[in-house]
Amino acid sequence: MITARYAREIPQRYRLEASRCAQCATVSFPPRLVCPTCKGRTFSTITLQNEGKLLSYTVVRVGSDKFSKETPFAVGIIELKDGIRITTQIADANLEKLAHGQTVRLVFRKIQEDGKAGILCYGYKAIVV
Amino acid sequence: MVGIVGYGAYVPRYRIKAEVIAKQWGADPEAVTRGLSLVEKTVPGQDEDTITISVAAAQYALRRAGIDPKEIGAVYVGSESHPYAVKPSATILIDALGIGPHVHVASYEFACKAGTEAMYVAYSHVKAGEMKYAMGIGADTSQGAPGDALEYTASAGGAAFIMGRERLVAEILFTHSYTSDTPDFWRREGENYPRHGGRFTGDPAYFRHIVGAGKALLEKSKMAPADFKFAVFHMPNGKFPQEVGKRLGFTKDQMEAGWIVPWMGNTYSGSSPCGLAAILDVAKPGDLIFMVSFGSGAGSDGFIYRVTDEIVKVQDRAPKLRQMLDSDKVYLDYGQYAKYRRKIKLNE
Amino acid sequence: MRDAYVIGAGMTKFGELWSNSIRDMFVEAALKAIDDAGVDHIDSMYVGAMSSGLFVQQEHLGALMADYLGVVPMPATHVESACASGGVSFRQAFLEVASGASDIVLAGGVEKMTDGADVTDALATAADQEYEVYHGITFPGLYAIMARAHMQEFGTTREQLAAVAVKNHRNGSKNPNAQFRSEVTLEQVIRSTMVADPLRLLDCSPVSDGAAAVIVASEAVAKKLGKQRIRVAASAQASDTLALHSRKSLTTLNAVVAAAQKAYKMAGKKPSDIQIAEVHDCFTIAEVIVSEDLGFFEKGKGGEAAANGLTSLETGKIRVNTSGGLKSKGHPVGATGIAQIIELYEQLNGKAGARQVENARIGLAENMGGTGASCVIHILEAL
Repeated sequence: MITARYAREIPQRYRLEASRCAQCATVSFPPRLVCPTCKGRTFSTITLQNEGKLLSYTVVRVGSDKFSKETPFAVGIIELKDGIRITTQIADANLEKLAHGQTVRLVFRKIQEDGKAGILCYGYKAIVV
Repeated sequence: MVGIVGYGAYVPRYRIKAEVIAKQWGADPEAVTRGLSLVEKTVPGQDEDTITISVAAAQYALRRAGIDPKEIGAVYVGSESHPYAVKPSATILIDALGIGPHVHVASYEFACKAGTEAMYVAYSHVKAGEMKYAMGIGADTSQGAPGDALEYTASAGGAAFIMGRERLVAEILFTHSYTSDTPDFWRREGENYPRHGGRFTGDPAYFRHIVGAGKALLEKSKMAPADFKFAVFHMPNGKFPQEVGKRLGFTKDQMEAGWIVPWMGNTYSGSSPCGLAAILDVAKPGDLIFMVSFGSGAGSDGFIYRVTDEIVKVQDRAPKLRQMLDSDKVYLDYGQYAKYRRKIKLNE
Repeated sequence: MRDAYVIGAGMTKFGELWSNSIRDMFVEAALKAIDDAGVDHIDSMYVGAMSSGLFVQQEHLGALMADYLGVVPMPATHVESACASGGVSFRQAFLEVASGASDIVLAGGVEKMTDGADVTDALATAADQEYEVYHGITFPGLYAIMARAHMQEFGTTREQLAAVAVKNHRNGSKNPNAQFRSEVTLEQVIRSTMVADPLRLLDCSPVSDGAAAVIVASEAVAKKLGKQRIRVAASAQASDTLALHSRKSLTTLNAVVAAAQKAYKMAGKKPSDIQIAEVHDCFTIAEVIVSEDLGFFEKGKGGEAAANGLTSLETGKIRVNTSGGLKSKGHPVGATGIAQIIELYEQLNGKAGARQVENARIGLAENMGGTGASCVIHILEAL
């Protein structure tokens, strides 16, 4: 059962909540307790912009058991407008036409299921715009 | 006056043609397409369900309404394909969209009219002065058993409507509901697919309830079919809404804008709400819209809307339904469709 | 710190070892190492393993292996650093001897991967579960993202990546302990099944069982046994962000750069002094990037270097992965870092058989975990 573990990440997965260091303004996603830049420990919560660019990607053709029925699917590293980088699936993608630098937007999709009877797990995926 | 302050619809990219399904089951593709007046239907992606479709539609509705999500006092999602049997779809939606936690939510189910049910309750809350805004959503990844007539039409999509009192894009002038115990279509707990009464779903169910609600609505409003620019009814196939419109006195022209079913299929709870969204996409200030939904079991909710001057400001703020229906389509073959819709038995 | 020496080594064959349990494999390798060293006891031991909990539902490997090796109540510790577990196990043994706390320490590593676990899922635990793996990415997928970025940035080609696999299979064909003792052609690599674009099956190290162990001893012990030959000239370790996406560059492994700097300094060597290197080629692209980050080649030239034979056993200016690497020798994760040390030990002792590099005196082993979030580097020198 992954319920508590899933619920903990909801602000990040559903709403892209990040932390901005009060001292040096470095943004961390997910939020951290120590700023990786200046070691500051005070933060404010911000919401990341849901648009960005595709930096690099792959098409997963052999997935773990949990994702094996969804292959092939694209996963990329996206740099959001705020400069934050995330790893995410690229949904509804034409796998032949993906390219570095493409503009993408994040949408809300189902990411995985905790087995047949467990909870459904949602979050962001990118789509090429 | 209470009405719609923002609306949005969402349609998945995937499609399957009715003829492809017909061939799979040895039916005559041409006869099926003609008989149902249906070319193709939408199919949800493997990562899409009623919740993600609702979120996408609600995001567009928020964009058009331009309001603070925190001001929404209630969110109702109507669907016959809620991903959870127990756990409301809207709890996930409100956390995704930054609505709440001071908000009332519920999942509604009333076969194909759960969407208008959600809209009606949202409207009533605002009208009662309980809250500033309330959102009603109709969305489905409709169920149809393999080989059943429903499989040609059961499709995916949804529309969301934010009700309020200020800066309305469409006022709600009248409503009327018509309900009876009519066992035309149902799904028992634990069953995978719905069952239906075949031709019993026609006259005693679909036509009786829509005509019942429609006639009462015309009487209540003292309006005539000719007063309306647009009319939209529940669309289980291409033919039924045309026929019921005719019985009520509406013309093909009035029904054209909302008649999306030949390219979308029957989006169950999202059917007439998506039709309404397609109409709002093209409506002009002052236009009157006549809408009656139908849900098996059975009942109909009727609404009369009057489009306001605000409509032209919001139409382009989010994708339009016909655009989504006509562009970026990805066609599936039956095997892919069966996989996407989880109709293949797998090892756990 | 005092000097430490590798005085004995032993390993199982790597491969699909259907009849061997995790404890059998470890004990086999450990006994071989003890016998090779000729010691009558050990003071302590380390067991490197990435994920025996997921692979065979067995944790607490330190005690288990001490028990089955018959050395209780000797201290025994399981160390984990993903795919760098073996290298870190060796470093712990080195530090324990170098510090003077012990004189004879066994550093081992083991992994049993073929007992039916979801290997892709288990290996992915080395990445960020919540922000990488949650989204369905696999390890081949993460390295594929790096490969595509490297191709985009430096023009590295599909053929250059394949050249790494061809070379390592050729080397592995000469290694009796290798999982794959067959050569492959460039064509075979390029046509093999796509795993995660652009990486194909023959770009990936295999799923393997195996164990490896070495004995690290103080100068006094080594001298007494007449084994004062292979000195640990440097041991260095570094870390990086766990998630690949958190790094400024997708084509440089900062932990490798940092550990290499420390290692070269400690050994008083420079990259051009290194004659043989065992590097962590879990995927072909990893060997390309690591060969750059170790300073063997200019950034962006690793692929070209491999394709031009600059790393080959036959024509290399620096021989990389003479053992066959993870690619051909096999990659029982926790054993890998130790097996790298064993290859250097054999080469520096002139006992590497058909793959012997003449006059090999200085060798480097680079072992890393995850997408390079952990890196441990050792330099061994023959006296």
